[in-house]
Amino acid sequence: MAKVEVDAPPKGGFSFDLCRRNDMLSKKGVKPPSYLKTGTTIVGLIFQDGVILGADTRATEGPIVADKNCEKIHYMAPNIYCCGAGTAADTEAVTDTISSQLKLHRYHTGRESRVVTALTLLKSHLFRYQGHVSAALVLGGVDVTGPHLHTIYPHGSTDTLPFATMGSGSLAAMAVFESKYHEGLSKDEGVKLVCEAICSGIFNDLGSGSNVDICVITKGQKEYLRNHLSPNPRTYVSSKGYTFTKKTEVLLTKITPLKKLVDVIEGGDAMEE
Amino acid sequence: MDLNAPHSMGTTIIGVTYDGGVVLGADSRTSTGMYVANRASDKITQLTDNVYICRSGSAADSQIVSDYVRYFLHQHTIQLGQPATVKVAANLVRLLSYNNKNMLQTGMIVGGWDKYEGGKIYGIPLGGTILEQPFAIGGSGSSYLYGFFDQAWKEGMSKDEAEQLVVKAVSLAIARDGASGGVVRTVIINSDGVTRNFYPSDKLPLWHEELEPQNSLLDILSAASPEPMNI
Repeated sequence: MAKVEVDAPPKGGFSFDLCRRNDMLSKKGVKPPSYLKTGTTIVGLIFQDGVILGADTRATEGPIVADKNCEKIHYMAPNIYCCGAGTAADTEAVTDTISSQLKLHRYHTGRESRVVTALTLLKSHLFRYQGHVSAALVLGGVDVTGPHLHTIYPHGSTDTLPFATMGSGSLAAMAVFESKYHEGLSKDEGVKLVCEAICSGIFNDLGSGSNVDICVITKGQKEYLRNHLSPNPRTYVSSKGYTFTKKTEVLLTKITPLKKLVDVIEGGDAMEE
Repeated sequence: MDLNAPHSMGTTIIGVTYDGGVVLGADSRTSTGMYVANRASDKITQLTDNVYICRSGSAADSQIVSDYVRYFLHQHTIQLGQPATVKVAANLVRLLSYNNKNMLQTGMIVGGWDKYEGGKIYGIPLGGTILEQPFAIGGSGSSYLYGFFDQAWKEGMSKDEAEQLVVKAVSLAIARDGASGGVVRTVIINSDGVTRNFYPSDKLPLWHEELEPQNSLLDILSAASPEPMNI
């Protein structure tokens, strides 16, 4: 009797056959398809009256530029924004969920969100997923306790810095910050420095490119400067212009009521249940 | 260079007891693979008014552990109506380290002062054991320091002697350990409270074959002879 039980195929439960197949394939050198990653330059700095965040606008899929003008500065709360690098889906999802949690928290407390609250929620989420949610973030905002700038790594560790860079272009951008940042920058100086850092990423890092987005957050107000700089405009536009074939024309419209074609019996038997 | 490598602290951390309190010390380098992600990080974290912790290993893991312990100690302080002891703090760190030993890659040194036992240092290395020690060293830089501490640590040092020992030891480790670097931070805890000190690289001693900091190498040349090409 016991033997029969051993030989019987397992009933129910989860089948891990495909996992074994995937292991076998990867051992033979088959690469699984990759996700949309934002090879990115994102930066942030603290200036005399707030925080400035900056980002490039290129999204890549391996060697292919998937989006030439995407948005990498995400909304968290009216006074907090967050730049995202890593897997585009993850940065989008994690900032959206935490932004919704922050809104509920604001309804609950009736107070403005604080940057540390966003920081703690983000790091808890990322730590729970042990680095599998690949989102590298630069979080900036101004709250009742002043301006704050943090970096958050995919594994859930955080840093607090006066100036920060992230993404594949972080080295190029950090080189600019390390040589030119100083305390008490004015707004114009800050925006100029952030622009320069992002441009350094755009021109020197293959994963970054296209335009510069900037977000300036000060006490009680913010300025989202979408495409603040476009150092890579389209240089060639056909002199003839573009034409498209005409779509199918509607020649006539005629509506024939069903009642004219067939006899319709009103009422009839009701369906069961 | 792997920018997706987990964020970790190749570190030098030190805790030393002296007559009347403790001195904690750490470097300030945080790296991801070969890149220095933060050159001025603070690895000496506050747990309560009178207990601090030096963190090494995975930054994410050590931050989570110290965040939890700070939260538990806050509740504990309220329930007890008096400050938590260093032993309780260290034991909470040990409990989390031991219970989650398969998930965590972090070694820590807990140090502080309480009215029952005075200044105490506890080392909590990787597996989650707890060691009460007169001095503790940790992180990748510690391997360069065992011999130094065997020679230089003395019972009954003064506060200044202990702090100078810590600063000297961290700067020695910074000089030889590539994963340690930046500045030296110290925290001194005794019956009077807590003092934080900061030693940037120009305040640290120079060791074997090290050069004075210089803005430009041309300055050295022009100082030696007005025309460098005529040497």
